[in-house]
This record gives sequence, C-alpha cells and structure tokens, in this order.
Amino acid sequence: MKKLLVSAAVAASLASAASTVSAEEIKLGVFLGFTGPLESLIANMAPAAELAIKEISESGKLLDGTTVTPVRADTTCVDAAAATAAIERLITVEKVSGVVGGDCSGVTTAALTNVAVPNGMVMVSPSATSPALSTIEDNGLFFRTAPSDARQGVVMSDIIMDRGFKEVAITYTNNDYGKGLADSFQSAFEAAGGKVTINTSHEDGKADYSAEVGALAAAGGEILVVAGYIDQGGKGMIQSSLDTGAFETFVLPDGMVGTSLPEAIGADLNGSFGQAPGTDSEGAGMFTEMSEGFDPTSPYAAESYDAASLILLAMQHAKSSDPQKYKDSFMEVANAPGEKIFPGELGKALEILAEGGDIDFVGASNVELIGSGESAGNYREIEIADEQLTTVGYR
Amino acid sequence: MDLLNALALLSNYVLVPALAYGSQLALGALGVTLIFGILRFSNFAHGDTMAFGTMVTILFTWWFQSMGLHLGPLPTALLALPFGIAFCAIFVLVSDRLVYRFFRTQRADPVIYLIASVGIMFITNGLVRFIIGPDDQNFSDGERFIIKAGDFKKLTGLSEGVSIKLTQGITVITMIVVIFLLFWFLNRTRAGKSMRAYSDNEDLALLSGINPDRVVAITWIIAAALATIAGTLYGLDKSFKPFTYFQLLLPIFAAAIVGGLGNPLGAIAGGFVIAFSEIMVTYAYKRFIGYIGPNDWTPDGLVQLLSTDYKFAVSFVILLLVLLVRPNGIFRGTGT
Repeated sequence: MKKLLVSAAVAASLASAASTVSAEEIKLGVFLGFTGPLESLIANMAPAAELAIKEISESGKLLDGTTVTPVRADTTCVDAAAATAAIERLITVEKVSGVVGGDCSGVTTAALTNVAVPNGMVMVSPSATSPALSTIEDNGLFFRTAPSDARQGVVMSDIIMDRGFKEVAITYTNNDYGKGLADSFQSAFEAAGGKVTINTSHEDGKADYSAEVGALAAAGGEILVVAGYIDQGGKGMIQSSLDTGAFETFVLPDGMVGTSLPEAIGADLNGSFGQAPGTDSEGAGMFTEMSEGFDPTSPYAAESYDAASLILLAMQHAKSSDPQKYKDSFMEVANAPGEKIFPGELGKALEILAEGGDIDFVGASNVELIGSGESAGNYREIEIADEQLTTVGYR
Repeated sequence: MDLLNALALLSNYVLVPALAYGSQLALGALGVTLIFGILRFSNFAHGDTMAFGTMVTILFTWWFQSMGLHLGPLPTALLALPFGIAFCAIFVLVSDRLVYRFFRTQRADPVIYLIASVGIMFITNGLVRFIIGPDDQNFSDGERFIIKAGDFKKLTGLSEGVSIKLTQGITVITMIVVIFLLFWFLNRTRAGKSMRAYSDNEDLALLSGINPDRVVAITWIIAAALATIAGTLYGLDKSFKPFTYFQLLLPIFAAAIVGGLGNPLGAIAGGFVIAFSEIMVTYAYKRFIGYIGPNDWTPDGLVQLLSTDYKFAVSFVILLLVLLVRPNGIFRGTGT
C-alpha cells in the first residue's frame, strides 16, 4: 500500500513535470497601476507588455505550442496593501507563471517581499527604479528592465564632470525617488573627485521656495542639481534660484526633463543640462513600427515589452514555466553571447532556444542585465538651448 | 565693503522676501481680525475666501490678456482686481445670507459660527478647485524685476546681488495704501464709526439706531476686499494653487492672534512678526558670518537654526509663546 502511494506520487510528479514541456495554457500577470498617479503611463505600458505576450503566444513555438494569456491586476502605484492583495490573487487564484510588474518602487517592494518571494514567483518590473531594489532579498526572483536610479546618479556625475564642474549643490524632492537619486549621485560624484556643498530636500506643492534657496545659496556651488518634479517643487526651486540670483545653471534629471520647463522659465534656463532614460538603438525604431493602439515612445512602454518578452524567453531557455526553474535563465537570454534579438523577432528567438542555441535579447530598450538582474540603462543627454530641449547625445 | 556685502546678502534672502510675505500676511490677518472684532467669530473660511477672490481675479486677468488689454510693465491682474473684489464680496454676502444670518438671529455662541465657517471653508475650497482646478496657475505678466541680482552687482560693484521683484514692490506699496484707506475709513467716516460702535457694544449700538444689517454687510465687503487683495498679491508674488491658500490660514491666524484678535494695528504687526521670524529662523547664516566676521571665519556648517521644513512650526511656537505670556496678544485685543 505504501509502495503504491509512493509510486502514485512519483507518477503524479512525473506527469506534472512532463506537462510543463508539452503544450499547455499558462497565464502571465500584468501587475501595473491601472489606477493611481501613473495611470496615464500604464495606458501605454500594459498594451506593450501584452503585445509581446501575444507575439509569443501566436507564434506557437513556446514550450511546444504553449499559449499565454495576460491577466491584469492593479498595483495602484501608492497603496501597498491593495497591491499585496492584487498579486496574492494573481498567484493563488489565477495561478500565473510569472509577473510583469509592479510599476512604482514602493508597491513593488511590498508585493515582492510579502507575496512573490514567499510564493517563489518571478517578478520583472519595467519601471521600478529605486536603488533599494538592487540589494533586496529576492532569492533571485526579481528582475527589472528599468535601470536603478543609482545608475542615473553615476551617469549624471559623468555628464557634470565632462562639462568641467567640480562643486555642486543638490536639492531633491522629499520622497524615495528624490532621496535615492540625490544620494546615489552624491556618492558617485564624490568618488569621481567632485565636491557636494549641500544635499537637502524640498517639499512639493509649496507656493514659495525662497527660504530653501537661501540655504542652498549659503552653502554655495557652481551649479544646482534639481532632483525633483517638473510641475512641482523642482520648477519652483529653479524659478526662485533665478529670481534671487543664487544659481544660474541647473542639472535636470529625468523627473525634470520636459518641454513645459523651458516654456515656463524662459531664456534664463538656457545652458542648463541633464539626462533622461532614452536610447537611439534600432530596437526602439522597430518597436515603434510594430506598436498598435498605444504610444510606443511613452516612458517605460519599451521596457514593458521587454519585461514580458524576457520572462517568456527565459521559460523557453529553461524548458519550463516553473518560476523556480526559469529564474536562472534570465541572464543567459538577456546578455551576450548569442544572436541579437530585436522586437518582432521573438518567434525566431524561440526557435533558436528550442534548438539549444544562444540569444542576446536586445529588445526595444537595449536591455543589458547587470548586477543582480537589472538593466544597465541608456540615457539621453539633453541641454536647453534657445529655450528648446535639445538632445546632445546618448550614454 | 564686507559689511555692505553682508547687508546686501541679508536684504536679498531675508529682508525683501520677509517684507513682501509680511505684507501679504498682514492683509490677510486684517480681514480675520475685522470679522472677529465686529461679527465676533474666528472665520476659518478666510484662506479659501482669499483663494476664491484670487480665482475670479485670475479668470478676469486671462480674459483681459486674451483681449490684449494690459498695463504695460505692471501685471494685468491689478486691472482685474476690482472685479475679483466685487465677485468675492457677492460670494461672502450670499454665504452670510444663507448661513451666518440664521445664527445671528439666534444669537448663537461664537463656537457655532466657527464650526459653520469650517463648513463654508470646505465648500469654498471645493468650489475653487472645481472651477479653476487644483493645479498651479500662472497669471503674472509685465516686468518681472525692479532690479535683478546681476544688475545690482554691476551697479554697485558688490559681490552680492540684491534682486527685488516687481511683485514684491507692488505688494508693499499696495499694503501701505490699503491700510491707510482702512484706518481712514474706520476712524473718519460715519460708517466706520458705526462699525466700531457695534464692535464695542452691540446692544448699545442698536439702541442708538445703528442698522446692524448695514454694519454686517460693510464688514463682509471690506473683509472680501482685503482677502482678494492679499490673495492676488500672494499669487502674483509666489504662485496660485488652491491648497496653499488653505495652508495660509495657519500663519494668518497666528499673525492675527499674536497681534491681538480684533485689533487692526496688531494684525499688521503680527503679520510682520510671523513673516520675519519664519524667514530669519530658517535662514542659513554661513555666508553672512563669513562677511561680517574676521577673515577665515566662514564656518563649515550652514549656521541654520531650523531646517526650512519647519517653517510652519515657527509661527506656532510664536503663537504658543504669546498665548502663554500675553494671552491677549502684543496689542491688547478683544480676547476670546
């Protein structure tokens, strides 16, 4: 009797193991903030992720003809409790095999540590950029196709150094994004031999920033790094600095890059510079051509396509849709060596992998996974000239 | 030379901004104190009344700008200001007719008025956001500066610049004119005298034939005018966002109470006390000490008493101190 039970169990496990390689139907969670402060970006991110899922599913080449359907769940971007409940549902009720998301760093951290890691579920975020996620305890289950803000700090430090500035003041918006970016920039800049005179916060939504600017001016510095938001305190800090003559040149990270800033400030902003995520790789152009019904140039849309693609390619590489098995395949499919894979070539990639070949997934956002599995990132260096945003180059 | 530089530095970051901010607070506190003195309640809706008046002014400013109407170097908003005041006056008179008059005929306790005014505050707040939206609105035009920091440096040869924005100049001049007019009205005209009589002793004033409805109406109209002027100046100088006007309620009440509620002179003094302390306590004196001290005295730290994050806290500490030491305010107010 005991023997019978054991052999039955073995048979059952064999059957389940076998089923992962034969044709089946799997679900992929699309775990993004369909409501909340990022909903206008999600309107382009979710279709981009689903485009990759559709492309792979319709090719019929994934794991011997497995079909994939996306299941949406709402992170809300800000409410950790709601996000935790939503991913709980994805894993326990919908039984997804992988999750694209979350979007904002806070809810992503909560969902990862509370639900995904205990359940052994793979999450690939297209847009969470907090440096804290690089060192989080994730059992190798978390990846992101967006670069960490720490990476932007290094790039920003390089740009400033290349322009010959050695002494800067920093002001940041008082939240995880602002503080993370300011601190990572400060350590990169000081490591490169620069001097940070002051690193202090400002609150968004105030009418008057002259007191904050007064403190910055007292500390001094050649230029001011404004790690803030373009329609919020960041703009106020720049306006107030110009009004009092405290600073004349500003460094603008991603949250400050937009056409509305030079329009609002005018000619005084000429000469300021900065960087935002962006790439001139051919993958971006191919992605633009194949997109339908959404804006492919919207922030993190390309990263969303790549996140969904990577999960499915990793499954193909591991020949299994079990997160515990395919989590080790991400680095293999994302990085060299192998044949470069651009958007729209996912079917070809699946074929190469099925034959045991090697691929180097480039995707729409020029993915290169570094460290614990996050994108190295590509940045567009910008400068304000003649009250216009101009692209200087790519880094 | 260093002494002049130190003075210029302090003017640029402390004196000029505090003078403008103080004027705006003083005008706001005058409205609060007037309502308290004559209608005998703390009007919590005053901050949002300011937002309402400013909103109407902004809408008219946009209309004038679209018609190409402007005042040359001066902001167009000054032209729209009378319309803002008129609409704001109608608004507060309607709210008085619908809400406060009921309680007045009941001779209700001041605390009931206060709670009613909190209700009006929320309604006004919602109305303003509904009409103009919760975001920043930009409506200043004309010249931006009286003198720019860079020009000042060239003119004087000092290494520290002083910039004075046109809006800061307009704010201070307008405040002086408005206060002069207000005191002239309260002390010299018949209507003003009847208001003061009503404030001193309501029953006695009624007995001597003063029409209470008229006094109440005039008070509301003046309060609406003060609120709209204060709000428009604040919006011109800084920026207009409904939520910041709601927050302004705190320093304005602090100013009115510090000066002594019900005392117009106190409200003005209170406004400047709050503004100067908020800015002076949170200013970093590093470079200032560097100039006035002997060579190489520039300290490494910022020499900042409090981080700017605690700006609002300053007015409350002052408020607490005044309430502990002189509960009736610096200038003796009517008291609560």
